[in-house]
Amino acid sequence: MTDTATTGVKQGFQLKSANLSMTAIELYFFEKDDFEATLRDKISQAPGFFKDIPVIISMEKYEGLDSELDFFSIIGTCRRHSIHVVGVRGGNDDQRRLARGASLALIPGSQPRGRSGDQEAASGANQEEAQEPPSETTPGAPAAAPSSVATATRIISQTVRSGQQIYAPEGDLVILAPVQAGAEVLAAGNIHVYGPLRGRALAGIHGEESARVFCQSLEAELVSIAGHYKISEDLQDNGWKSAVQIQLRDDLLVVTPLDKA
Amino acid sequence: MARIIVVTSGKGGVGKTTTSASISTGLAKRGHKTVVIDFDVGLRNLDLIMNCERRVVYDFVNVIQGEATLNQALIRDKRVDTLYILPASQTREKEALTKEGVERVINELSETFDYIVCDSPAGIEHGAQMALYYADEAVVVTNPEVSSVRDSDRILGILQSKSRRAEMGQDPVREHLLLTRYNPARVEKGEMLSVGDVEEILAIPLLGVIPESQVVLNASNQGVPVILEEESDAGQAYDDAVARLLGEEREHRFMTSQKKGFFSRMFKGG
Repeated sequence: MTDTATTGVKQGFQLKSANLSMTAIELYFFEKDDFEATLRDKISQAPGFFKDIPVIISMEKYEGLDSELDFFSIIGTCRRHSIHVVGVRGGNDDQRRLARGASLALIPGSQPRGRSGDQEAASGANQEEAQEPPSETTPGAPAAAPSSVATATRIISQTVRSGQQIYAPEGDLVILAPVQAGAEVLAAGNIHVYGPLRGRALAGIHGEESARVFCQSLEAELVSIAGHYKISEDLQDNGWKSAVQIQLRDDLLVVTPLDKA
Repeated sequence: MARIIVVTSGKGGVGKTTTSASISTGLAKRGHKTVVIDFDVGLRNLDLIMNCERRVVYDFVNVIQGEATLNQALIRDKRVDTLYILPASQTREKEALTKEGVERVINELSETFDYIVCDSPAGIEHGAQMALYYADEAVVVTNPEVSSVRDSDRILGILQSKSRRAEMGQDPVREHLLLTRYNPARVEKGEMLSVGDVEEILAIPLLGVIPESQVVLNASNQGVPVILEEESDAGQAYDDAVARLLGEEREHRFMTSQKKGFFSRMFKGG
């Protein structure tokens, strides 16, 4: 996926496609002081994680008034905390106009998921039925996903070393080797690691909340599903260094030993 | 064609230069014509450990920039006559090492030498990447502690993605783990990672374990590659490592704490 417009003439740069996982601030309403207080609280939970990271503002669940929306204030507040707002995802035309006025990049929204669909997915996971038999009535995106997933699975058999990043943009990621500390593996779907997971694993990066992470030994620095994440410190108490699966239930990451699954 | 071996680690101070000096000396002692290149431009330590710092006239960067020929810059070792040293420059910066320049020097050395040992600088930046770029084999020097192991893992990733062999899609660089400053007594007390721990994390073949030893420091200070201290543990461990590098099978030694004397064994019931 490289821009290969080079025609032998030496150019100053080349365009390359880059895939990176980003943190999104999912905004429900905006009130300056509340925003800063919440931000400070989040940062205090994992100061290292937020230092100098890029974030996008996700407008998909915004319920406040457009007139209250002040991107300049958001950018300024974030910058004071060493966080760089780079763009806005989703939102209506007015909101996007405001964003453009604040020189923010516009990112298309993720596939529209109705509120009811969300609840369906959550309660489905609760009952442990997940998506095995492509359930009859699941509306919207979740039902459409599995068909493409099978073909887009990426299988890696070499150790993923510190500093390396492996990405499965459309499907599952299966790794038949260790994922070392300092490495990062990302997938639109599930992540399976048949070895110790010592690095960071981010499943469901396009918002697929039914994605799961499976590993033979949980020693991860960070595990994330559809943007909900837990850092190493919070993973220590449950299933650490054993075979587990991690899934999202009611917006919380739940770790279950594989032998009890 | 010479075999090109990079001695690398990511982390500083783990024993890369000590290892480069000993491995190159060991290869040369076995009759292979060997050159060791100091890639640590700007710092220059190898010539001190090899005790030839007073004979440096031209250096690696001079050769790359065409200010001197290889013959003018190469220093012949006084102890082993099949060993040559190409020292680093102290007055330049690592950016002086260009891919084309390094390639030219390595190609020229390949014509006459059997082994080219590249002593990498610490870090993962330009200097370290230049040192490993042309490698056929890599000796990854690691201390039995977490941060060193992490950095070794990082450098292994770079070997697998940014070496010439990786970029050309050739057979991958052969990787060897050399565990240095190993102190079995401290491992037993749980103060250090064990050989098994490090092997498990890095998952590459073990070339050798060099015990932590005062002899290494003394030898460095006197400008003697420790492999020439043939009576010492560390010297013998390096000799084993060189033998294994050449394909010999040798059992690993110095991995358990000092053998107990006859009496203490008797009284402790073995």
